[in-house]
Amino acid sequence: MIAIVVLSGFGLALVAPAVQRLLPRHAGWLLALLPLGVTVTLARHAMTIADGGVIAQSHAWAPALGVTLSFYLDGLSLLFALLISGIGTLIVIYSGAYLSGHPNLGRFYAYLLAFMASMLGLVLAGNLIAVFIFWELTSLSSYLLIGFEHEREAARKAALQALLVTGIGGLALMAGLVLMALAGNSWELAEMLDRRLNLAGHPFYLAIVILIFAGAFTKSAQTPFHFWLPSAMEGPTPVSAFLHSATMVKGGVYLVLRLTPILGGTAAWQTTLMLVGAVTMILGAWLSLLQTDLKRLLAYSTVNGLGTLMFLTGIGTRTAIIGAVVFLVAHALYKASLFLNAGVVDHETGTRDVRRLGGLYRHLPLIGSAAVLAGLSMAGLAPFWGFIGKELIYEATWQSVGQTSGLLTTAAVAANALLIAATGVLVIKPFFGPVRTVPDGHHPVGPALWLGPLLPAVLGLLCGLLPGWPAQVFITPAVAAVLAQPQDIHLALWHGFTPMLGLTGLTLLLAFGVYRRHAGIRDGSARFALGACGPAAGYEISLNGMMKLAKWQTRFLQSGYLHNYILTLIIATIALVGYTLLRGAPFQLTLPAMDVKLYEGVLAALMLSAAVVTVRAQSRLSAIVAMGVVGYGLALLFIDFGAPDLAMTQFIIETMTVILFVFVIYRLPAYKIISTPRQFARNGVVAVAAGVLMTTLVLVALGVREGSLLSEFFEANSFIKAHGRNIVNVIIVDFRAMDTLGEITVLTLAGAGVYTLLKLRPKEDR
Amino acid sequence: MTSVILATATRYLMPMLLLFSAFLLFRGHNLPGGGFIGGLVAAATFILHSLVFGVGETRKILRVRPVKLMGLGLLIAMASGLVGVFTRAPFLTGKWYELVLGQGDKWHVGTPVFFDVGVYLVVIGATLIIILSLAEED
Repeated sequence: MIAIVVLSGFGLALVAPAVQRLLPRHAGWLLALLPLGVTVTLARHAMTIADGGVIAQSHAWAPALGVTLSFYLDGLSLLFALLISGIGTLIVIYSGAYLSGHPNLGRFYAYLLAFMASMLGLVLAGNLIAVFIFWELTSLSSYLLIGFEHEREAARKAALQALLVTGIGGLALMAGLVLMALAGNSWELAEMLDRRLNLAGHPFYLAIVILIFAGAFTKSAQTPFHFWLPSAMEGPTPVSAFLHSATMVKGGVYLVLRLTPILGGTAAWQTTLMLVGAVTMILGAWLSLLQTDLKRLLAYSTVNGLGTLMFLTGIGTRTAIIGAVVFLVAHALYKASLFLNAGVVDHETGTRDVRRLGGLYRHLPLIGSAAVLAGLSMAGLAPFWGFIGKELIYEATWQSVGQTSGLLTTAAVAANALLIAATGVLVIKPFFGPVRTVPDGHHPVGPALWLGPLLPAVLGLLCGLLPGWPAQVFITPAVAAVLAQPQDIHLALWHGFTPMLGLTGLTLLLAFGVYRRHAGIRDGSARFALGACGPAAGYEISLNGMMKLAKWQTRFLQSGYLHNYILTLIIATIALVGYTLLRGAPFQLTLPAMDVKLYEGVLAALMLSAAVVTVRAQSRLSAIVAMGVVGYGLALLFIDFGAPDLAMTQFIIETMTVILFVFVIYRLPAYKIISTPRQFARNGVVAVAAGVLMTTLVLVALGVREGSLLSEFFEANSFIKAHGRNIVNVIIVDFRAMDTLGEITVLTLAGAGVYTLLKLRPKEDR
Repeated sequence: MTSVILATATRYLMPMLLLFSAFLLFRGHNLPGGGFIGGLVAAATFILHSLVFGVGETRKILRVRPVKLMGLGLLIAMASGLVGVFTRAPFLTGKWYELVLGQGDKWHVGTPVFFDVGVYLVVIGATLIIILSLAEED
């Protein structure tokens, strides 16, 4: 069941462009049926999971390597999967209207569905290798999505940046997962969770934690890797809404929550998460306040949200984990809504600059209402779901043990105050401020456009008003999965007059003060921009450094002289093969019986003298002809020793070489000897060494042959098992078909390479 | 290269050489021959034609572009390997089927034959791309 849920997205991605071509007007609605179906299928299992059940399924993938395609559905993965498929449904519908008329819309659907499938795979995978592969697939598909408008350089650059940052993190993650499997003695996540395994005492522990953090922090845009997320806003708005708010960036959070039972409980895990999360949380909120572009503002507030999630996971108490799960849902709902909102505003007015937006509510009442509902949830006001989340965050910091409690609470209050001020910039000014821009009215806002912003915002309100049901069905099982023990959680809007309520009041007061002055703060802080020493600049510097290294290396290795390449090849072969031969098991040279027939001797003498002529030839033509004599002589030898297949191939290749030569002879420069006598001597030594090596190899092989089972196997089974009497051919197309497939692939690539070099050059180069 | 003898001979040789290349391809499983050799013979045939009549004419009688031929070959070879996968055997497992042609005649057909056809097409395509492109260079 789960395999179909995950893989059907890839399947639909293949046909999505065709669907778009056939039904250009309704493709969005039609394609959204799949994510909707996935949501319903998963939701039907919600009650089983809520009762403490777990669904695990396993399919053989590469059994020889112990890799299975196994899936694991528990409270945590169900919650993430529902968010992915649910929001995915809205995004697909929205994309149809937002990008309607775009020439590559079909391709966009394909990327989007492939991304959704990878993301579902990531959160549902139960095998560490599968986790890694789906993780990489999300990086790849997000690269395609961010760079969707690939004609723009900024989009290409942002896509590459996201790919490189998350890709490097992905490599670290792979190493971490491999170490984890070695330490836990299993590739199955489900098995480790069932065994209640904790690796804290293992010698690999620290290395595992560092590597997994490297993966999770890059993916989830934690400081100092947060810079790729705002750049990724170059992608179309549905992409930003889907990838950079609700799903992909939460991949790192999912991983950390998932692995908390296995790796958590130590200072290395909890404190690092808490510190990195706190810094990211405050930095994100601060930077989001400074933005004037709606999408960049939202991007930085997402950085804040991701930081908050890591921060709460780091605190790690029961309240903190409940807070993290509640906030995760709240954030996904309001952030998806607000991103899609920003898209509609951009679509209708042609700008996303808050300084140029104002008074839109009168023209876009539905969108405006959605923005207000989502904004209130983001600000954490009652009676919204976001309020419950924020109260839990304060409760978690307030109750945390030790002297850090005050510090943590201060951090949370500061970040929230900044975030609420940023929400004000996002919602109040564009919709209710003085009228600045009026929609041109060319694009009517149809249901496809308002459904996406409105539905999650309304859900945020409903969940806040009726917190009992979602708490029981979705929050409790997810928290139970993270804490690895059954839970009974009740959420409510009103807790009485608690310190947390006081903190909320304080936050609002602070936020109001900041909001009043936000324009001044924004302009004032511009002077303190990090510029040349920020993490983004660090990325640029290392990227340029890599390019320089590559250039230097290419110049060093690629001299452009054919004889240098051939010399390098032969010397490398001699060195590697010779080394292996000498270091390996002792060998014996077997001299074959010397019953050379007269014509064989004549043939060999002819080939030898032709080789001498080739080297001493004064014109290119005579060198080629002499080489031909060597080749045809070899073919005759093949016939003599009963290898007609080889002989035929050799004959044809020799002929082809001559034809090739005829075609290029006019264009070659005059035949000249450019080697000095010393180089001649060197070449001679290398050539003789190569000959000696080959002769030795052949003589050694003669001795080994007696014990070889392969040729006997081929001889015995060629007809019985492979239905062919020509052993050479049967080896090529059956016994060793994989090798042949590799060879013809290489041949194809070589053909494509020649074609590119000769045919696709710009005209003026020819 | 406007020798009448060569031109006339080529015209008569072409069909025979192509037939020969197909013959080599299909006998390959039991007797010397096979996709690689057959492909080279077919490519040599077209090259002979281009030597006599010019590359433009050869491209005309080829109809398909060699790049496509090459891609098609690779695709066929891969697809023949997938037959094994769909019968729950490893990729590229040789599968043989007997087609009864009536009157007791049977035709033995297997995926390795299609694999060899793939090899044949890739060899033709790649060889023609390289040699025809070089011949056209000016």
